[in-house]
Amino acid sequence: MPEFDLAFIWAGLIAFAVLAYVILDGFDLGVGILFPLFDKGVQRDQAMNSVAPVWDGNETWLVLGGGGLMAVFPLAYATVLPALYAPIIAMLLGLVFRGVAFEYRWRTHRARWIWDWAFFSGSLVAALAQGIALGALVQGIAIENREYVGGWWDWLTPFSMLTGAALAVGYALLGATWLNMKTTDAVRERARSFVWWAMLATLALIGIVSLWTPFIDPLYYERWFTFPTEIFSFLVPAAIVGCVWIMWQGMVRNRDAWPFLSALGIFILCYIGIGISFYPYIVPAALTIEEAAAPEASLEFLLVGAIVLVPMILGYTIYAYWVFRGKVDPESGYH
Amino acid sequence: MFEGFDAIFLARLQFAFTVSFHIIFPAFSIGLASYLTVLNGLHLWTGKPVYLSLFDYWKKIFAVAFGMGVVSGITMSYQFGTNWSVFSDKTGPVLGPLMGYEVLTAFFLEAGFLGVMLFGRERVGEKLHFFATAMVGVGTLISATWILAVNSWMHTPAGYSINEVGQFVPEDWWAIVFNPSFPYRLVHMVLAAYLTTAFVVGGVGALHLLRRDIDTPGARTMFSMAMWMATLVAPIQIFAGDLHGLNTLEHQPAKIAAMEGHYDDHPDGAPLILFGLPDDDAETVRYSVEIPKLSSLILTHELDGPLRGLKSWAKDERPPAELIFWTFRVMVAIGFAMLGFGIWSLWARWRGRLYRAPWLHRAAVIMSPMGFVAVLCGWITTEVGRQPYVVYGMLKTAEAASPLAAPAVGTSLMAFIVIYTAVFGAGTYYILRLMNRPAIAIDEPVDSEGPVRAGGIMPGPSHGKDAADHA
Repeated sequence: MPEFDLAFIWAGLIAFAVLAYVILDGFDLGVGILFPLFDKGVQRDQAMNSVAPVWDGNETWLVLGGGGLMAVFPLAYATVLPALYAPIIAMLLGLVFRGVAFEYRWRTHRARWIWDWAFFSGSLVAALAQGIALGALVQGIAIENREYVGGWWDWLTPFSMLTGAALAVGYALLGATWLNMKTTDAVRERARSFVWWAMLATLALIGIVSLWTPFIDPLYYERWFTFPTEIFSFLVPAAIVGCVWIMWQGMVRNRDAWPFLSALGIFILCYIGIGISFYPYIVPAALTIEEAAAPEASLEFLLVGAIVLVPMILGYTIYAYWVFRGKVDPESGYH
Repeated sequence: MFEGFDAIFLARLQFAFTVSFHIIFPAFSIGLASYLTVLNGLHLWTGKPVYLSLFDYWKKIFAVAFGMGVVSGITMSYQFGTNWSVFSDKTGPVLGPLMGYEVLTAFFLEAGFLGVMLFGRERVGEKLHFFATAMVGVGTLISATWILAVNSWMHTPAGYSINEVGQFVPEDWWAIVFNPSFPYRLVHMVLAAYLTTAFVVGGVGALHLLRRDIDTPGARTMFSMAMWMATLVAPIQIFAGDLHGLNTLEHQPAKIAAMEGHYDDHPDGAPLILFGLPDDDAETVRYSVEIPKLSSLILTHELDGPLRGLKSWAKDERPPAELIFWTFRVMVAIGFAMLGFGIWSLWARWRGRLYRAPWLHRAAVIMSPMGFVAVLCGWITTEVGRQPYVVYGMLKTAEAASPLAAPAVGTSLMAFIVIYTAVFGAGTYYILRLMNRPAIAIDEPVDSEGPVRAGGIMPGPSHGKDAADHA
């Protein structure tokens, strides 16, 4: 066990920021991915209004993840981003498209279909790109002399395609369970039908990814099949089964918040699984947390602020969600 | 198709392109967020419905502009890593925490309260709604503070040492944040944002005043508030700009020489070159129109004050004068035009003709986008003036780029150009269309469902979601 110093605290904070991003923007990207499956007009309006007041805050966690990485692990930032150049650019452009759709959609009648399409395709591209980036990171990145030394197509492999699909489907599950929780009538009914499909597909893809990962790198194999970490090889899947059971119960017993919360649970468990595989690396097999960390003075300076500010941020974020609690009023929105 | 290009050139082009787009929106949203806070506060204080209807009017425009600012800003924050990885690795320990603080103190604040500000008025009540608006406004100012600390440090680095792997390492955070050019840049930028927004608001007010049939209290209030801003802030901005110039002379004399078009040293007083065509290869300004000694007088406050010319630096240490000579002049000209505008409006106000001065209103409409031009020109002047360095005197731009192939950067550049043009072109169109709608005249709070009376004459289009389509 390495000593518990600032670099590890920061690794934990960055991991938290990325997780917060994944589950928060995950459900609003998921709403975007499912968007074309809802009828034009009221149904789509209602789906979009369920996320309109919060999506911007959700996406801010991505900026914290990226900006924080540059601040506290500059070497990881400077080597991972060039390695994942194409998926990251695709993700950014996808986010541009879907982000503006939230406002533009209401500013035109004739061209609304364009922004509906932009909302869907931007969300899908961003989700796929994030999943592909994750897969490419799991596979490892070639680093020599503080520089990325691989080619610019290295990220494109069958495994990264699979993780891309898995994340997009997982986001769709988050989106469907969110809409089940936040909407009424026809939108809710349709969202419920998506929950079943997305749940099956998500579980199948998680299964394939989980079985494939240990054979990518001896490090992962060791993590999952040797004592003591192999305990998690049983605990994580067992907990996922528990989540699925809660989701199923929530669906059949009409407890609309349960499926969403259990979908969040599944995401958190998968994330923990990735953490178990990675530790203590920040770029697997290339850079450890210690090696990539910024000088102590940088870690310290930002940590002082983070300790005060992150709880405040969580506080007013929860407040903002609280303001818009309950089912979406089909008539609401300022447009 | 990009084999013939240099990856660094393409990366610079990409950065210039994306940041030029991006800078427009913060400049507008900083000013507009403060304006919305003022309108919301005035409504809370006076209870006059005109402030609320103006708030609702500008809120929609703000939402579109803010959305564009957010998405173009996320792109910026990742571009440091994708295209400028050596810069990120080397300056990350110093600049990363400042950007981290920007996210922690500003972005979350803006994003968290934006939803409440846009959608939550009925849910939280007037006072909390005002608080949410104020938080969005404060957030934009905090954001500007951190990002200008970062930018200023790249111009006037301070408070660091360099470690064994070549990274800038923080030694004194106070010196890093409050680096020598930071206060000047911050004041200059925030005032620029306020002036830019004032001229947009004033232009919209003037447009509606010119259409006499919808000569509404809303249009009058907009125009009057905007003209007060021009009258009071334009002179302060010119003063602040002068101080910033003196600071630049002290820390980046080569930039000043390029802005002024001085190739030769002037040990006994430099002339002010009003116009001319600088030629970096021939090291001379063609067709120049000069006023003797004035450049020295402005910059050193002495007629015979010595100024260095570009020739006293090696050729590969000089910023390109051909571009920034002109961008600087355009910025200054717009600044003085704004000052003149303030005086003109003050005179009209004194004569009691502020709302019945068609020429003033026409000029205000033409003037409305000029703030953006000035901001862009000012930005080009200062950033191109820093070349060939990215961290002044310490790290050259050419040494800061990612180890990327030209086709990769070229392809992403093409994608950015196509998508930005489409997306932000559409956004600008929607904003202009929103501005084209009348500033509603109402005697009671806006009912978002039913029709509203326009000018007390006839029921106008509803204020609801289809209004934009009718407008």
